[in-house]
Amino acid sequence: MSTIPDTKDSAEASVEQTVGWLSRMLLIRRFEERAEQLTLRGKIPGGVHPAVGQEATAVGVASVLTTADTVSAPHRGHHHALAKGMSPDRLMAELFGKATGVSGGRGGSMHLADFEIGFIGSNGIVGASVGVALGDAFAAHYRHEQRVAVAFFGDGGVNTGRTWEAVNLASAWKLPLVVVCENNLYAVETPTAEVTGGGSIVRRAEGFGVAAVSVDGQDVGEVREAASAAKKRALAGEGPTFIEARTYRYSGHGSGEGPGAYRTVDEIEQWRSSRDPIMRLRAALAKAGQITDDEYARLETEADREVDEAVRFAEESPWPDE
Amino acid sequence: MAELTYRDAVAAAIAQEMERDESVVFIGEDVGAAGGVFKATVGLLEKFGPTRVLDTPISEQAILGVAMGAAMTGMRPIAEIMFSDFFAVSWDLVANEIAKTRYMTNGQVTLPLVIRSGNGGGSRFGAQHSQSVENWAMAIPGLKVVAPSTPRDVMGLFAAAVRDPDPVLFFEHKSLYSLKGEVEDGEILDELGKAATRREGKDVTIVALAAMVPRALAAAEQLASEGVEATVIDLRSLVPLDVSAVAASIASTGHLVTVEENPRLCGWGAELSSIIAEENLFDLDGPIVRVTTPHVPLPAADTLEDAAMPSASRIVEGVRRSLA
Ligand SMILES: Cc1ncc(C[n+]2csc(CCOP(=O)(O)OP(=O)(O)O)c2C)c(N)n1
Ligand SMILES: [Mg+2]
Repeated sequence: MSTIPDTKDSAEASVEQTVGWLSRMLLIRRFEERAEQLTLRGKIPGGVHPAVGQEATAVGVASVLTTADTVSAPHRGHHHALAKGMSPDRLMAELFGKATGVSGGRGGSMHLADFEIGFIGSNGIVGASVGVALGDAFAAHYRHEQRVAVAFFGDGGVNTGRTWEAVNLASAWKLPLVVVCENNLYAVETPTAEVTGGGSIVRRAEGFGVAAVSVDGQDVGEVREAASAAKKRALAGEGPTFIEARTYRYSGHGSGEGPGAYRTVDEIEQWRSSRDPIMRLRAALAKAGQITDDEYARLETEADREVDEAVRFAEESPWPDE
Repeated sequence: MAELTYRDAVAAAIAQEMERDESVVFIGEDVGAAGGVFKATVGLLEKFGPTRVLDTPISEQAILGVAMGAAMTGMRPIAEIMFSDFFAVSWDLVANEIAKTRYMTNGQVTLPLVIRSGNGGGSRFGAQHSQSVENWAMAIPGLKVVAPSTPRDVMGLFAAAVRDPDPVLFFEHKSLYSLKGEVEDGEILDELGKAATRREGKDVTIVALAAMVPRALAAAEQLASEGVEATVIDLRSLVPLDVSAVAASIASTGHLVTVEENPRLCGWGAELSSIIAEENLFDLDGPIVRVTTPHVPLPAADTLEDAAMPSASRIVEGVRRSLA
């Protein structure tokens, strides 16, 4: 499996690194598409929340993290896990409910964890991921560790009180926390704008005295820049940062759900055709003469091979002992 | 007579009560436009409009705050907590506020509200979306706790819950939503606290709730082929608890087996067993056996979840232990 080179605190990246993000985004895309298909074929009993379309938010943030930095994720968290370096084999095995899964089959799609790589858990309860990262940020601060804790959560989580309790305390205690809201516009089938007072999520965060920024979540470079600045701030003892990453999920809320009546097929097509994060990075690299069509095709083939291998691993793995 | 699924019975029950009483409103996450994540509330928004069927943000505390305050001043709200696991997010409202206010105000106010919720395992959703939390609710004085096992009972018990002066937690079992059953025409209204005998047998009394009722019936079939005749009692509600139905049955069978989906410690079967042991000990000809989920979070893997939840064969084994 390819790895994303650690870059510590610089937002500048080499060509090799940038190609690394592209290949990681491709891996996530192919993994998620396959996981959805496998759910429909009955191989993944509990289903998944596919992150197709949201690859850049996870990869952009993870690109500035070291293994010591941690990530806490919500229910839609495969992309965060893969971006942080989780083995696709062991992730797929977890989804299958096999003994070789990251959590031995006991966790499932919403409860992934691999402490070796600093992925401290995804979570089935909306809002919970932020509180968990808060505690880890406290631990880092208390032990004078030079690292940050990152919490991902969705736009639906901006309307549960606990999210803001965590942001407030991190602000008051100046903890090294980076909170990333992946705003994909919907919570299940509810358009978040229709049930959210005040309009701007970033303004809400600013009310708690934290640095807050809204970025194009379909632009891996822009996400990375914001994450890099947030990490610098945290390591300098200046406290938490709140990042709203504007993104979009192409699939339904859960696997196997169609486009739904809550949004138009046109809207999905718009995001896919004009803002796709993989397409955009590929185009930028190609324009700079940094990737050829052949090289890109090889990345795709490699992503497919990794996912094939993950499925084979999951299929052949034993069931867990009771 | 019509054949309805359990999920359609939920929508029909809500509609029956909303048609009857304008003070009934219905709120929750994705309950209106989406028709509920389990599709149990399809058509209600279209029928009653957005002033009575309201989609909320993911704000469980606000949802129950709305239900409580509105109930205190004369409305009859129905609130949905999508998965019963999420009661934990808003437990203050349930345990400290809604349950206690009638008592703390010396009866100045009642809280006629219903909180309905998808409960229980079997869907492979993992430990935070699969729990059977009816025993959490049972532990709080001031709440009524209902858990139907058939489409018909969804209708009758739901109507009773809405018309009850006190707060009712109404647990719908997720794995029963697609179950079909006969539902009589016209208004259906049951009384809370009446168990139903689903099968008569002279040798042992099996007491079950919600999704454990069909499993208990399957176990009874298997036992019948071995010459053991079981009575199966469906409790239908835990508060009020129909102790007399259970007592009357064991007076003739002499054996009690409870089948609980909740984890073992402090499950409802422990309470029922202690009551029977205290009041009806001399009717018993063998030990009370509790078949439960072990005291573990529910695993996501299908093989592990199946091993954890009470199965027909574990119930059969439990009966054999009681009869041995
Ligand atoms: C406390 C709580 N309430 C409700 C749910 C059910 N639920 C799971 S995901 C979800 C929508 C979340 O939307 P968002 O935060 O925007 O994340 P997205 O699914 O868009 O990635 C809901 C309502 C839950 N898991 N936890
Ligand atoms: Mg969302």
